[in-house]
Amino acid sequence: MSTPAAAPREAPTPTTPPLVAYLLGLGDDALILAQRLGEWITRAPQIEEDIALGNIALDLLGQARVLLTRAGEVEGAGRDEDALAYLRDEREFRNVCLVEIPNGDFAVTMARQLVFSAYQYELWTALRHSGEPVLADLAAKALKEVAYHRDHATQWVLRLGDGTDEGHRRMQAGLDRVWPYVDELFTPDDAAAQLPGEAADPAALRARWTAYVEDVIARATLTVPTPTWHSRGGRAGLHTEHLGHLLPQMQHLHRAHPGARW
Amino acid sequence: MSAPAAPRTPHGWPLWEVFVRARRGLSHQHVGSLHAPDGEMALRNARDVYTRRGEGVSLWVVPSSAILASSPDEQDPFFDPALDKAYRHPTFYEVPEGVEHL
Repeated sequence: MSTPAAAPREAPTPTTPPLVAYLLGLGDDALILAQRLGEWITRAPQIEEDIALGNIALDLLGQARVLLTRAGEVEGAGRDEDALAYLRDEREFRNVCLVEIPNGDFAVTMARQLVFSAYQYELWTALRHSGEPVLADLAAKALKEVAYHRDHATQWVLRLGDGTDEGHRRMQAGLDRVWPYVDELFTPDDAAAQLPGEAADPAALRARWTAYVEDVIARATLTVPTPTWHSRGGRAGLHTEHLGHLLPQMQHLHRAHPGARW
Repeated sequence: MSAPAAPRTPHGWPLWEVFVRARRGLSHQHVGSLHAPDGEMALRNARDVYTRRGEGVSLWVVPSSAILASSPDEQDPFFDPALDKAYRHPTFYEVPEGVEHL
């Protein structure tokens, strides 16, 4: 080596560029929730609901594909959507913990859908004006999808909450189960903070999210939970134990048969 | 896979008939039926089941119980008398030459 600043023998831990980190965060949210919703297929209460949850999962998967593909392009290390979805390990996933928690009963899933789709609705509304063209294009398309996801969850929360005693009890239990994971959605994110013209500030989404969600909960005769703890760290790769069980199921086919196609 | 603890509800939802209008100017066509707890949910289910490939611009759902159907037992009195009344078909007119758009 002739240059004075010789490369160290071991590559340093690469610092992820903020745009890559941001795209991975949004893409992983959609990807992991799509995988979770897919678990309902053949298990939903009715075949009509099976189809609805499958459609929502596929919408999210479509969003994830755009986001991960773009993350790979910006990163410039030759990783495509498959490499990012199937060949990263748990600590490299940047999704919030909310999307990885188990489905529970239908009410838990609907509580999670209400929280997440109302969040995504505000997110994509803000990102329509992103300086990152792929984000702005995706936002215009995804907003229509998410408006339906939010409506679907709203309809179920209203019916279960303001329905039978058992429906009310289970829907409240569902809200209680997911509410500790709400704060993390709106926690300031290092990557987003470094991309003022491209990313949406998570904290700025909260007021409109709260107005929508609390109105639904009130109409459903339910109570907004006041959790005693809050999840954090998903965007930094620190996850619940549940992601460690989800990933092998999602990834094993591609890892066993790289590049497998239908 | 850990199976979600989905409650096993009886199949107690009412049946709805679904009508889709493919585009403006056409009438709604019956496309099938589905189960839903109420009309609002029936519309949403219809959207998922019958319009996910861009088939429609408008949806109707009607409770199946609101539809009166002719009975197969009455098929002869209902439909057979039409068969030998050829004068009901517009086949006895000469179309004058030069008439367009007919």
